[in-house]
Amino acid sequence: MRRFSAFAIAREAVRHHMGWERHWRSPAPKKKYDVIIVGAGGHGLATAWHLGKHYGITNVAVIEKGWLGGGNTGRNTTIIRSNYLQDPSAAIYEKSRSLYETMSQDLNYNVMFSPRGVIMLAQTHHEVRGYQRTAHANALQGVKTEWIGPQRVKELCPIMNIEGPRYPVLGGLWQARGGTARHDAVAWGYARACSDMGMDIIQQCEVTGVRTEAGRVVGVDTTKGPIDCDKLGMVVAGHASHLADMAGFRLPIESVALQALVSEPIKPCMDIVVMANTVHGYLSQSDKGEMVIGGGTDGFNNYTQRGSFHHIEETVRALNETFPILSRLKMLRQWGGIVDVTGDRSPILSKTPVEGVFVNCGWGTGGFKAIPGSGFAMAELMAKGQSPLTDEFSMFRFREGKFIDESVAAGVAH
Amino acid sequence: MLILECPYCGVHAEETELSPGGEAHLKRFGPGSSEDEFEGYLFVRENPKGVHFERWRHAYGCGKWFHAARCTTTLEVFGTYPAQTTEPPKDIKDKISAKRPGWRWRDFA
Ligand SMILES: Cc1cc2nc3c(=O)[nH]c(=O)nc-3n(C[C@H](O)[C@H](O)[C@H](O)COP(=O)(O)OP(=O)(O)OC[C@H]3O[C@@H](n4cnc5c(N)ncnc54)[C@H](O)[C@@H]3O)c2cc1C
Ligand SMILES: [Zn+2]
Repeated sequence: MRRFSAFAIAREAVRHHMGWERHWRSPAPKKKYDVIIVGAGGHGLATAWHLGKHYGITNVAVIEKGWLGGGNTGRNTTIIRSNYLQDPSAAIYEKSRSLYETMSQDLNYNVMFSPRGVIMLAQTHHEVRGYQRTAHANALQGVKTEWIGPQRVKELCPIMNIEGPRYPVLGGLWQARGGTARHDAVAWGYARACSDMGMDIIQQCEVTGVRTEAGRVVGVDTTKGPIDCDKLGMVVAGHASHLADMAGFRLPIESVALQALVSEPIKPCMDIVVMANTVHGYLSQSDKGEMVIGGGTDGFNNYTQRGSFHHIEETVRALNETFPILSRLKMLRQWGGIVDVTGDRSPILSKTPVEGVFVNCGWGTGGFKAIPGSGFAMAELMAKGQSPLTDEFSMFRFREGKFIDESVAAGVAH
Repeated sequence: MLILECPYCGVHAEETELSPGGEAHLKRFGPGSSEDEFEGYLFVRENPKGVHFERWRHAYGCGKWFHAARCTTTLEVFGTYPAQTTEPPKDIKDKISAKRPGWRWRDFA
């Protein structure tokens, strides 16, 4: 792999950019791998990368039915934060946030991590109490966050109207080290680094069956033929129940559509990320100047990557009160992704009833921020059979009532 | 936009008139059941790519709960039926079999 550097840019500039290489190879599948990861989203690719980097496991294939990053990883609003309430969440999300700080260097790929700060607005008294509680919990967890009053919110985000009649801004939970990153670049950067370690990234290859012998995984069936493996990681977000069904077990997951939209580009007017959970809206401005807006989930099971229009309308209508500047903007694009929601709104990183099969799913509406931390933890789980970061996120926690309840505020967590 | 016919009042209601109620035909388990049964009832879901049976309430209409059979990959609605039943009526099952041969659902197919 030819490294990216200032020197490389200068060199290519003088030879008409003819020397850039493909970022990853597109090989035909081998007959057998030590590890197969299903799903080339951020979590699958990060898992593969950490397997190679920390455990020297490089005989790995990442199998993707579409194109890499074409699932939720390429459809999200890229908010990165770690101000969760419960200790196990704080541990994995804070690990993840800190890994984002060095990701561009680690991967030699500019993922445009921008720690511009994230506010979660409190617009009801319930939220005020909830976020103050989270601020205290974060202090104990060693996650730097701060409860701030409405005037400070206004200073940080002057375009906001804090005196709205329906949704006044009563304060917010501020995480200065939160922010955004370029979602595609995260997937591409991992893919390039994985390919460089000798791993095979196989796109346009759908896994259609899981083969087992005496309760142990031996391989998968795919649209490019059967492929054998010793260990299998299912990292397919909204399709987790479908993959689990192939292996003969069920999951506490429901798949629903979550939507986002972007406006026409405008001059820079907002240099932080704002989340307004009461109205299910969240907002940031991209480097191109578009306002990036995320909404709430639909209430019914759906695999179509299309959501209901009235949710877009509700989000925009509610945001208009707090951000009057938005009311004149034209919206350019709107899209949906299929998110995997668990009963306690926390993810699953777990062994399964099938020996050798591991599952990583349930990130639902908020797993972009978790990509590096999840990959780090999942690789440890798959290599060693156990990881302190995943212990509490077992798929069996529901049976024991050991929830990691993150649905406290408004049941949204982006 | 999803449109479902309320089997009680006959209104073709669009989504904003309805509240979704999740998977239908769950078998309820209470005290004395095994951990597997209780977990299955409370948390584990079919969540199929394909034929799905689900509960809806005609919230801004007659207020009653009913059931719908729907495809989660095309959003096609196979039919709706009253809630006082543990499985879909035969005509709806036949209709699904004609369109999605080999469909399955826990106990009744
Ligand atoms: C609109 C929207 C906004 C969001 N906003 C945020 C946000 O601001 N911050 C945040 O942290 N999170 C956000 N999220 C959530 C975040 O996008 C996801 O949690 C995260 O991207 C999940 O990554 P993943 O790698 O697990 O899944 P994906 O990126 O979905 O990857 C899974 C891959 O598996 C593949 N696959 C599925 N079935 C098969 C099969 N049978 N064979 C082979 N491959 C298969 C899919 O094609 C897909 O590429 C948002 C999500 C959406 C939809
Ligand atoms: Zn009715």
